[in-house]
Amino acid sequence: MSTAPMLIQAESVSREYRLGETVIRAVDAVSLRIEQGEFLALLGSSGSGKSTLLSMMAGLDRPTSGAIRVRERNLAELEADELARYRRETVGMVFQSFNLLPRMTLEENVELPLRLAEVDRSDRQSRVAEALERVGLAARRQHRPSELSGGEQQRGALARALVNRPAILFADEPTGNLDSVNGEQILLLLREIQHSLGMTIIMVTHERPLAERFANRIAQLSDGRLVSDGAQR
Amino acid sequence: MKTRDLSELAVRNLREAVLRNSLTTLGVAVGVASLVAMLSLGVGLQTLASQRLTRSGLFDAVFVTSLRNFRGPRQPPPPDSAAKRESRALDDDARQQLSKLSNVTEVYPQIRFITDVRYVGKSESTSVLGLPDSSRSSGAFEGMTGKYFSSPAAEEAILQLEFAKLLADQPSSLVGKDLTLRYAERAALSKDADDEALLDAMMGSGKPGGISIVPREKTLRIVGITESDPSAGIGGFGGARVYLPLKTAEQLHVAQPDDVQAFLSGNPAKPSYMAMTVRVRSPKDVPQVEAAIKQLGFATFSLLDATKSLRLVFTVFDLFLGLFGSLALTVASLGIINTLVMAILERRREIGILKALGATDRDVRSLFFAEAGAMGLFGGVFGVALGWLIGSALTWGTTIYLHRQNLPGVKISYVPWWLALSAIGFAIIVSLVAGLYPASRAARLNPVEALRYE
Repeated sequence: MSTAPMLIQAESVSREYRLGETVIRAVDAVSLRIEQGEFLALLGSSGSGKSTLLSMMAGLDRPTSGAIRVRERNLAELEADELARYRRETVGMVFQSFNLLPRMTLEENVELPLRLAEVDRSDRQSRVAEALERVGLAARRQHRPSELSGGEQQRGALARALVNRPAILFADEPTGNLDSVNGEQILLLLREIQHSLGMTIIMVTHERPLAERFANRIAQLSDGRLVSDGAQR
Repeated sequence: MKTRDLSELAVRNLREAVLRNSLTTLGVAVGVASLVAMLSLGVGLQTLASQRLTRSGLFDAVFVTSLRNFRGPRQPPPPDSAAKRESRALDDDARQQLSKLSNVTEVYPQIRFITDVRYVGKSESTSVLGLPDSSRSSGAFEGMTGKYFSSPAAEEAILQLEFAKLLADQPSSLVGKDLTLRYAERAALSKDADDEALLDAMMGSGKPGGISIVPREKTLRIVGITESDPSAGIGGFGGARVYLPLKTAEQLHVAQPDDVQAFLSGNPAKPSYMAMTVRVRSPKDVPQVEAAIKQLGFATFSLLDATKSLRLVFTVFDLFLGLFGSLALTVASLGIINTLVMAILERRREIGILKALGATDRDVRSLFFAEAGAMGLFGGVFGVALGWLIGSALTWGTTIYLHRQNLPGVKISYVPWWLALSAIGFAIIVSLVAGLYPASRAARLNPVEALRYE
């Protein structure tokens, strides 16, 4: 039995979408408990509801029913501004398509969460440099995303996710747009961050081998339902 | 997000779609320019009219007469004995007293008399008026043939064109020539025994002194011919055909209608005047000076009400010009709405990223607001400059046209600092109002849907 404190608790979470007369249940009564410091892989095929569940845990979306508690606070009951603050202070996000702003340099992209969090300008430079150093992109700070490879862009996105020193890192198919070598590099980096910073990582993927190799727990979804949940080692 | 960060991001976003944003900003600028050009025309014309009217001396002047003069021959004296007691003659003492009142810049008597003008054998009877030196800048002599009096006491005359035509077929040929005035001089009689005895015999009473009317001649050099009538208007009543410097006219001691009254009142040595003109520092000082003069026991008249009507006319005129100018700015604001709505569609994903990184709805709204405001600011500044240029071009064109008509140039367009600042402020407000809908629409975007957008 683990002694790590409970960080996220999903209680019978459902998310429905209405398409005309049809109601689509993307996530169906999923309950999940995630402890601090875990590297959880949400595994499932396309349309299984894994990304929807991740969006709700990251505070980007709200459940139709059920509760998601992060440090005892129910995200479903938070006001829009409080939810934005949760995303700004507690959460870091990495996406499949990197989502760096193309007109900004890498450095400016990484600085963006610090601007939103109103961090003093004097602190920003050192924190941006530290984040870029951690992902090995200190030399590329003045480059724009279009001047970087896919792997570099995803590492840049990772630096942006880490710069606010979040408690939880959500990664939505972080290797989906990368070749196997770059994909592996990203996952190695995630695991290193998990170990060195004690960060909780929740990753959505449809690639079971990668999930088995890097995550220490896999929760599998199918048609919106949690079908298995177990530790790797 | 802090204001500085917000501004930096807004300017960066504007720079990215530089062509579209520049065209939108240009739309605002054209709107502001039309507004500024219209209003600068209104302000310019108003300033021009005000300057002309001020220089004419009609609106910064109080016309003073003795209360005695205001009673007709058959009217009884005012029943108010206090008013009767205060009723005073308009003499040099009164002139001194009036010039000491605060905000009074100049006091001069109205010296007007009928004379015979002789020039190369021709004799014409006409009215002569003494002009104070301040008439030089009244604008009435602009475009005159010849020049204004060389000094305030010069022995020179300016003729009205119609009168000059009576003296010569080519009026301009009169400039530099001499003419002779024949007039009636008023002189106080000396109090020697013979004169007194004569006066006693004539008057049958013991009145000391008296006045005599002596015919005199004065030769004056014609220095100018003017088409307009500088004596027209209140206090001047028009009709004078020969103008002399006021001091020259005073030194002639021409007999005035009031002299008889002065004689009867027993003080013939102190001539009194029919009317005096009191010029004040600015038209707004007129009521205060008028009240002070009434306190001294004189009747007054001013054209202040006329200036109020004039201001009303120009306010309505400005309002209409402003409305037409605002139409262009309204069209420009539709351009801003269009640009920002397009920007939302294009930047859906960016909005999603910002929200995923923790931007609040307010942050996103403020960002779009700041962009709209920046377009308003740049458009406003550029528009004011453009409007000023259009106004200057209109002034330039008008001046060329007027010069071709042998008329002096005028500044018909004027952009005061308050108009420039108001136009920029108005452009910013219009842009912010135009940005309201796009900004709130951007703020309401669902981040998950926005991130899905390609």
